[in-house]
Amino acid sequence: MTQSTRLSRRTVMVGAAAAFAAPAIVKAQGQTLKIGSLLPRSGFFAQAGQSMHRGALAAPELLAQLGYRVEIVHIDTESNADVARTQAERAINEGCHVLTGAFDSGHTLAIAQVTEQRQIPFVVNVAAAPQITEQGYKFLVRNFQTGGQLVTNGLRLIKDVMDAKSIKFDKAVFLHANDTFGTAQRNAMDAIWPRVGLPIELVDKIAYDPRAQDLSVEVTRIRSLNPDLVMCVTRASDAIKMVRDMVRQRFQPKAIISPGSPGFYDEEFYQALGPLADFVMFGLPWANPKATMTQAFERAFVKANPNNRFAVDSFNAGFTFEGLLIAADAFKRAGTTSGPQLMEAVRATNITDHVMIGGPITFDAKGQNPNIGSALVQNIRRTATVVLPKDVALAEPVLPLPAWQGRS
Amino acid sequence: MLWSLYANVLVQGVLTGLVYGLMALGLSVIFGVVRVVNFAHGEFAVVGMYAAFILFRSFGIDPFLSMLPIALAFFVIGYGLQRTLINPFVSRPEHEQFILLVGVAIILVNGTLMIFGPDARSANLPYSFDSWDIGPVIVDKVRVYAAIAALAVSGLLFAFFRFTDTGVAIRACADNLTGAAVVGLDVKKLYALTFGLGLACVGAAGALMVTLTDATPMIAPAYTLLAFTIVIIGGMGSMTGAIVGGLLIGVAEALASVLIAPSMKTMASFGLLVLVLALRPQGLLGKRA
Repeated sequence: MTQSTRLSRRTVMVGAAAAFAAPAIVKAQGQTLKIGSLLPRSGFFAQAGQSMHRGALAAPELLAQLGYRVEIVHIDTESNADVARTQAERAINEGCHVLTGAFDSGHTLAIAQVTEQRQIPFVVNVAAAPQITEQGYKFLVRNFQTGGQLVTNGLRLIKDVMDAKSIKFDKAVFLHANDTFGTAQRNAMDAIWPRVGLPIELVDKIAYDPRAQDLSVEVTRIRSLNPDLVMCVTRASDAIKMVRDMVRQRFQPKAIISPGSPGFYDEEFYQALGPLADFVMFGLPWANPKATMTQAFERAFVKANPNNRFAVDSFNAGFTFEGLLIAADAFKRAGTTSGPQLMEAVRATNITDHVMIGGPITFDAKGQNPNIGSALVQNIRRTATVVLPKDVALAEPVLPLPAWQGRS
Repeated sequence: MLWSLYANVLVQGVLTGLVYGLMALGLSVIFGVVRVVNFAHGEFAVVGMYAAFILFRSFGIDPFLSMLPIALAFFVIGYGLQRTLINPFVSRPEHEQFILLVGVAIILVNGTLMIFGPDARSANLPYSFDSWDIGPVIVDKVRVYAAIAALAVSGLLFAFFRFTDTGVAIRACADNLTGAAVVGLDVKKLYALTFGLGLACVGAAGALMVTLTDATPMIAPAYTLLAFTIVIIGGMGSMTGAIVGGLLIGVAEALASVLIAPSMKTMASFGLLVLVLALRPQGLLGKRA
């Protein structure tokens, strides 16, 4: 019996391609991807920045378990856009192949200008301003919802919880900080509220100064309108002031729901208010508690941050981890640290097994991940607990809001 | 219904304004005598807040009680600071004093950030969430206690300056420094006492503030700015002016948030500041230079 040893033209081509590609893959296997993680770990956004940083600290172990070789360079942007820009330059000069960040939209845009000029991929982990993916950046992708998506999904979840609990809200008030994020959310609310068709009368929209000592006057004003539902866009310190003044003024709405903002799930909120922190709700992209990747990440998180609770950090830490995962996965496929080729691989991302709720991580032509879902999360026994959608929920939503009095 | 809204808001403004007044009082006292502007004023207030927070969390001491030892500790710190660090700068140009105290402010902010982190810390008193109903007006218990304590501390300080020999001597230094030195007053010591008293006021105000709001390092510059606004409105160096300025700011902010918009309340205080500077540059109760 003779065996044909004749090579077809196709086999030769495949062999040649493999021969050309092999050094790159071998090189990639021998190489480590250096990722600059730019976060506001000090200054105004330090609380969120530190929370995200804890995710970055937990990531290397899990990424190594998944077969990715990365080195993470932790960089503080000091809650300052100028510092973010110069630190991005510095990170690239010091050999970072990919940058991730940066929590604040202003910082993110400042970094994007640098990465675009230097042709280095930039994976945005948290930043909601729509223009980030509307300015035609070729070296940027965003694995986070836009402000509009946050509000739309947040309002949709209000409708879902009304249906799930057969509860009706007649009047609502929208309270928001007058900072960049709060104003963007207000604009999104103005545009989206009439379209979602919620059967609720929005009686007032109140902007407050986040530097205010307290929100007693704002709460007095809300109380005078007597709404069933208070929707709010706050940061943790303002959320504390708001709840504290509601309790002092014995104002008891049926529900307090944030349609897409931080504040209610920060450790300082739980610490400051104790049992009064319970039962407020927020609609946000959230870690899928039932996903195996989330569970693996939680184990890595607890090991890296033994003094912190994953339930508190899961939003910030989860998106931080996913940003790093996207970069590592692209590097594995690209087999090179060359910016343009790495960026091509980033754009072709398709990760089905990940941490946050939603479909596979992919990017559209603008670099936006369109598959990120939102969950309605409620504080139950001072733990942020997913209550909707049902397929990922860990508990039933509690509505109407139990009385403030008698909780402690 | 509308008048009850205004009544509630007005009461809140008055009560908050009294605490603001106490905080600004320290700044006014120091400037009135030593002629040094304490640009680290808000930062010291935040340190006072953290001190009250620690005493409450670790030993369960109510901030309304701990304000006394905190004020004493701040007096000692102020006295020492004036004798060692600030005194050499008293006769130097104002920009050098400014840089020195901004440096102190930066050290205090970053020190508290390093020790306590960026999270807000609050003293959850057992009666933190209690309030009284007086007709349609709801009055927060802690806000009333804080306002009473602020009035008491201010009263004590007024009495000290009016009825004690040391107080009179300090006022003499403020009125005529050369004359005070000629009659043999120990000006350096009196300056140190004044700085100590100023910081004692800030420490006490910080302890009261922690019952109303949360301590966080990043709030310090806002407090410095607030104290400056109050003191300029009331009149630099005028103790009564500081209390009046605090009340005015508290009420103006509260009313502006109802009449205009809550996000505009800071604008109201700065509007008031501009108005005072334009019509009466020395402040409402200040002396013309």
